[in-house]
Amino acid sequence: MDIQHHMLVAFAKSYGLFYLLAMAAAALIYACWPANRARFDKAARDIIDDEDKPWR
Amino acid sequence: MVSGLTVNERQRALVVLALLAIVGMAMAAFGAMRGDLLQVHGFVVLLFSLVVLAPVLKGYFAPEPPAERLHDYYDDPIKVGIILSMIWAVFGMGVGDWVAWLLAFPDMTFDAAWSSFGRLRPVHTTGVIFGFGGSALIATSFHVMQRTSRARLADQFSPWFVLIGYQLFCILAVSGYLIGITQSKEYAEPEWYADIWLVVVWVVYLLLYLRTLARRKEPHIYVANWYYLAFILVVAILHIVNNLAVPASFAGVKSYSAFSGVQDAMTQWWYGHNAVAFFLTAGFLGMLYYYLPKRAERPIYSYRMSIVGFWGITFFYMWAGSHHLHYTALPDWVQTLGMTFSLMLLIPSWIAAGNALATLNGAWHRVRDDAALRFMMMAAIFYGLSTFEGSFMAIRPVNALSHYTDWTVAHVHAGVLGWDALITFGAFYALVPWLWKRERMYSPVLVEVHFWLALAGTLIYVFAMWNSGIIQGLMWRTYNDSGTLTYSFLDTMIAMHPYYIARAIGGLLFLTGTLIACYNIWMTIRRPAPRAAPAGDTPLPQPGAPLPANPQPAE
Ligand code: HEM
Ligand code: HEM
Repeated sequence: MDIQHHMLVAFAKSYGLFYLLAMAAAALIYACWPANRARFDKAARDIIDDEDKPWR
Repeated sequence: MVSGLTVNERQRALVVLALLAIVGMAMAAFGAMRGDLLQVHGFVVLLFSLVVLAPVLKGYFAPEPPAERLHDYYDDPIKVGIILSMIWAVFGMGVGDWVAWLLAFPDMTFDAAWSSFGRLRPVHTTGVIFGFGGSALIATSFHVMQRTSRARLADQFSPWFVLIGYQLFCILAVSGYLIGITQSKEYAEPEWYADIWLVVVWVVYLLLYLRTLARRKEPHIYVANWYYLAFILVVAILHIVNNLAVPASFAGVKSYSAFSGVQDAMTQWWYGHNAVAFFLTAGFLGMLYYYLPKRAERPIYSYRMSIVGFWGITFFYMWAGSHHLHYTALPDWVQTLGMTFSLMLLIPSWIAAGNALATLNGAWHRVRDDAALRFMMMAAIFYGLSTFEGSFMAIRPVNALSHYTDWTVAHVHAGVLGWDALITFGAFYALVPWLWKRERMYSPVLVEVHFWLALAGTLIYVFAMWNSGIIQGLMWRTYNDSGTLTYSFLDTMIAMHPYYIARAIGGLLFLTGTLIACYNIWMTIRRPAPRAAPAGDTPLPQPGAPLPANPQPAE
């Protein structure tokens, strides 16, 4: 049990940090990628008026 | 409703209900053999399937629905979902207020087992969280997934299966507590057979969502759907892992958890906190990100922020559960981890709250005039407040004071009343006229009254419990000169009594508001069905004449 515990702690303290930083970087890059801007803007605008009919 | 289903779908409903009735009978028979409470739940399942069977049989021979229906959104299950959610709201909040009075006047149990605090309390929490909140999430998700994808629901049968099947889970849960069936895990009290049923329902729900999204028009998926999907997916994972258990007998209700000791506690609060995160937050953020911009007729202030916030919330919340176990046998570093992540959580939480409020910036006149929008704004404010409070309470020394006290209850209800319930009411007030094609709610004045009742009720509740909780916490840790405790437990109870009464009154205000909402929604639905009048052929409004009911596109 003891070994497992220490392994877990070591893992969480080392790998854990980097994987979270990588996740954060990936999310930020995706959100701020210039080419995505138009798509995001359109998505945000499109919901304002969507009651007409489904397209299929 | 049934007439909108094809004959094929009606048959499928009959088959499912017949199977359910057989399962119910089997449960009743096996339970009876062992004299187990499973017998009662067998009859509950049987009765449930018969009650649902009645309308299906009644509508069975109705003509097939016209094919043109496929060119419209499929809104029937959303409408039923809203009504079910409001019924649960009245029931769950009614029991909540009952429990509140019970804490002030403990003799009110009348010496019956079912009316004891320990049984009624989970009836309240399940009734409001799963009954009211869950039904509202299911109903609004059906709306949001169709509108944002601009696609009709992928089929007509599974939405009903999800909505009605989910009700069975809630009914089994609530009826079980009253007769003493519980696995004693907070927010996961139902026993193994109800848990298995929920897994079936939930998988169908997830598949329905994915299949509907697959029909979407634009490649990009609007962010509200991400939140709803996170809610569905993570709740599935949480539910399955936390409820891993071995039934003592397949003919009995009792089961034993696969975990024990501190592992069990950690699994439970990993579940418990993420239930807060993904049931009581992510799903409702989906609501916020759709209904608020739509009602305000302004795109969300920053779409980018909503994406960053999404990933922050999904990844930070996962690690925060151990703040429920400060100063326990849980290893210190796990507690510290939970505390740290709870503090970091403030960032994505405030991103969401700030994004909502910034969206309204420049439309304050609408917030002033439109109570539905004001509900949503107030919800965003309470979301910001309760997450700030939560991050603060997660700091270990602060938790030393707040834990086990009414401060926690204050935090909970700032979240669930101020945030979850208010955003739901706001969404319903927007949604009901759209779905039933009415110009507006039956009575805007009553919406206004509801708003102020709900706000007053929440504030009274939360302030009463803050006071009570901090007094309680301080009294517990007061020592006298000889180094023993100054106050007995009874002393703290006496000190808390006035606050308990205040809380119960606040709850009553909130409940009254909910009843008014039910009346208003009901009257909106019952208003004469709209008829399209030829242009220029509308009568002048007469004083005292019934309200106009023109079909109008969404505001
Ligand atoms: C009329 C409104 C309500 C009243 C009067 C009320 C009252 C109560 C009371 C008396 C308790 C027990 C507190 C204790 O054990 O000391 C409680 C617990 C709880 N209620 Fe409510 N409630 C209301 C609405 C809601 C709503 C709408 C939700 C969720 C959507 C909710 C969720 C909860 C939860 C999660 C707990 C457990 C808190 C904990 O374990 O710390 N309540 N409520
Ligand atoms: C940043 C966000 C949040 C953090 C860090 C947080 C933190 C906490 C902490 C530290 C506790 C007390 C644990 C204890 O002493 O036992 C708690 C309890 C609770 N919180 Fe939060 N909270 C947050 C947001 C919310 C929100 C938005 C809601 C509801 C919508 C909510 C619902 C609850 C509930 C139901 C409990 C009671 C659990 C129980 O003991 O039964 N929290 N939270």
